[in-house]
Amino acid sequence: MPEIQTSSNVNVKSTADIKSNVAPIWCPGCGDFGVLSAVYRAALILDLDLKNTVLVSGIGCSGRLPIFTNFYGFHGVHGRVLPTATGVKLANPKLTVIAVGGDGDGLAIGGGHFPHAARRNVDITYIMMDNSVYGLTKGQGSPTTAPNFTLKALPYGVQDENLNPVALSLAYDVSFVARAYSGHIDAMTDLFVKAIQHKGFSFVHSISPCTVFNDTYKFYRERVVEIPKEHDVTNKKAALDLWQTPGKVYLGTFFKSSRTEMTEQSAKLSVAVQARKGKGSTEKLLEQFV
Amino acid sequence: MPNSLTIRVGGDTGTTTGVISTGEMLTIAFARSQYDVFTFRTNPAEIKGGQAMFQVRIGNHPVLAQGTTLDLLIAYDAESLKTHGKDLKTDGLIVFDTDTFIPDDNYTKQSYGIPMSSMAQDQAGSKKSKNVVAMGAAAEMLGLPMESVKSVLHEQFKHKSEKVLEANLKAFEAGWAWALKNIANRDFKVPPRELKVGKLIMSGNEAMAVGALHAGCRYYAGYPITPASEILEFMEKEMPRYDGFAIQTEDEIAAITSCIGASFAGAKAMTATSGPGFSLMMEALGLASMTELPLVIVDCQRGGPSTGLPTKTEQSDLNQAIFGGHGEAPRVVMAPSNVKDCFFGIIKAFNIAEKYQIPVIFLSDQSLSQRTQTFTAPKLSAIEIWDRIMPSAKEESYMRYKLTENGVSPVAIPGRHASTYVATGLEHNENGDPNYTPANHFRMMQKRHKKLEYISREKGFTRRFGDEHAKLGIISWGSTEGPIEQAIRTANKAGYEVAALQLKMLHPLPDEEIRHFLNSVEHVMIPEINYTGQLNQIIRAKYMVPTIPLNKCAGVPFSPEEIYNKIEEVISQS
Repeated sequence: MPEIQTSSNVNVKSTADIKSNVAPIWCPGCGDFGVLSAVYRAALILDLDLKNTVLVSGIGCSGRLPIFTNFYGFHGVHGRVLPTATGVKLANPKLTVIAVGGDGDGLAIGGGHFPHAARRNVDITYIMMDNSVYGLTKGQGSPTTAPNFTLKALPYGVQDENLNPVALSLAYDVSFVARAYSGHIDAMTDLFVKAIQHKGFSFVHSISPCTVFNDTYKFYRERVVEIPKEHDVTNKKAALDLWQTPGKVYLGTFFKSSRTEMTEQSAKLSVAVQARKGKGSTEKLLEQFV
Repeated sequence: MPNSLTIRVGGDTGTTTGVISTGEMLTIAFARSQYDVFTFRTNPAEIKGGQAMFQVRIGNHPVLAQGTTLDLLIAYDAESLKTHGKDLKTDGLIVFDTDTFIPDDNYTKQSYGIPMSSMAQDQAGSKKSKNVVAMGAAAEMLGLPMESVKSVLHEQFKHKSEKVLEANLKAFEAGWAWALKNIANRDFKVPPRELKVGKLIMSGNEAMAVGALHAGCRYYAGYPITPASEILEFMEKEMPRYDGFAIQTEDEIAAITSCIGASFAGAKAMTATSGPGFSLMMEALGLASMTELPLVIVDCQRGGPSTGLPTKTEQSDLNQAIFGGHGEAPRVVMAPSNVKDCFFGIIKAFNIAEKYQIPVIFLSDQSLSQRTQTFTAPKLSAIEIWDRIMPSAKEESYMRYKLTENGVSPVAIPGRHASTYVATGLEHNENGDPNYTPANHFRMMQKRHKKLEYISREKGFTRRFGDEHAKLGIISWGSTEGPIEQAIRTANKAGYEVAALQLKMLHPLPDEEIRHFLNSVEHVMIPEINYTGQLNQIIRAKYMVPTIPLNKCAGVPFSPEEIYNKIEEVISQS
């Protein structure tokens, strides 16, 4: 694994240090501005170093986010944010790795990767920027578009039930589950900070409305409500009740557990295997084949 | 005395345990007894049931092909004798299980029936050990040292109980004693042994895995698929000793994209798969090419299309490797020709990937991946290992994709370099920022493709053998090298002027060596294990020469005789 040089870390003092010289291409009023803002703020609070932080993204409006920062970034292929971010983290467990992607990226084309990232509990933070529509391709239904909602590509309304990202992550036993809303940037910042600090796979469902194709600001403004302070975040049953509450969209931390994290587990395994068999060398390997 | 001998074991995996392992154990015993070995196997695609075959050819010189006709056949059931009996030499011998079947009269003269099942029951307490009885008899007939075979049995059964080991040793000794007493044919022609030092015996898949670790591979991701799974298993076992990661991902797309992520973060990364999995990787292959990250993808080709023939061999992914995917994404395609080459070749694959920041596809096939062969232990200190170029510590105005003479620009690594950048699959400028202007797209395409010109001039990717003044030239790739070399030796002895050029890199083509070879011969023949002649079409298109294809598409490798017959035909018609 690469050695980390700590001599020339690039510390961040203000948002200006994080903002890249590429201006965001999002539409006016896009929820993604709120998410980007919260990422900047969380980075400042956590004093994230530019050199040791990697933002990984998929394809879609949300996928452009790393390009608007001065962190290391990887803008990959559609739907593969989580395996790509896993590769980055495993190659260098000392890096802070944040994965960002949309609802289509993470629940349609890339839906198969979500449970496996949860199983591995690798220490990355996954911010799902959910606008409940395919914005970049101009208005097709996504896995989280509400049933019967009429779109350009679906003139008779969405026929399928919508997926609930929080419910899925609870079912997949993600070790940190939260929901944020880009209309509430302070609360979103706070949840990003908690998620990044969490040791293990953390998930923040980040509601981020699309003002052009599916403007849900009004819908959410009327329904979002903070998770009550007395909610026990270790109680998954209570968390499940929260997401099912009719007429309310709860924001905050739903669930948190401490499971063994993948890179720590692997490091322990390496120590154990090396104690028994010794460090690897080609000479020794070849001896198996004489 | 012959200088090689071919032994085949055949049986139904549903009714006989260890059809393959009997052969494997004999192979190791032969290798340790100073023979050169070359194995060949076909497994049924099913877990239990179906005919399996294992063949080992031994020799006192480098064995180049699996052997076409048999000196000894161990047949566990009537079906295996029916399938393999026709391949027996006129003086070849058959050993069969009398408890299972009695061969018809045609075979009486050359067959020895052993009551394997009942002997196994009596000696080892289970009919399951009948393969070990057969092994004992075969080892005695073939003149293997008893202690050497017993030590292999010890290793095979060491993870099981003492009782199981004891039972199998008894079964082995019973088989041995039976052969000593009952087999009258004492003129069995076993080649004399020749002492050679530092011999290794391994499979193609093992050689690729060991070679990758030696090259510095510290991240491996894969999804199980025949015939590549052994690489995943090997890496999972060994990687913890190297402080690296080997993971089984949820699919091949996750495997390759996680490798790209790992390479971005500075690790030498590899994935291995077969044709169907490689098809799933196509989109991400373009991403690796576009982001200019080193990556090695092993494709152990199998019979296609679709699920095809999962356990049989084919060289049918060449087009997919060179042309697969959308857009025009530069990549390198290499192919090893034997097990030794799997070890050395994969190190070169990593070196080229690193030096040129480009994905390299390494095309093995089922027959090579799952074949075991002996080769002289490599001198490790003589092997060069290359690493990617990186920016200097104090790079003020770092440009990740800076235009350079050979298209390669220094790559910053997260955690190591202060010069941060965003890698993107979008077209980008020298800084790495998205940019779709006409001039920029052309410039960056040129940058990425320029690497191929330089790679095509790298040395050591061809091997010429055969007649120096050949009139007929054979261009070959991958695992067909062995049978071609054997056929050419026979042809040269018979007075035919024929030579071959083995290509170890298929894309970009080692242009200078190919032109030189084409100019030196009058006719060009291109043998391939596929239906349409994929390399043949590429050579024709690029060099505009009237080549002669020789295609075999039957799930099995060429025999030297098939190549020889075509050489004879071409020369007699010219």
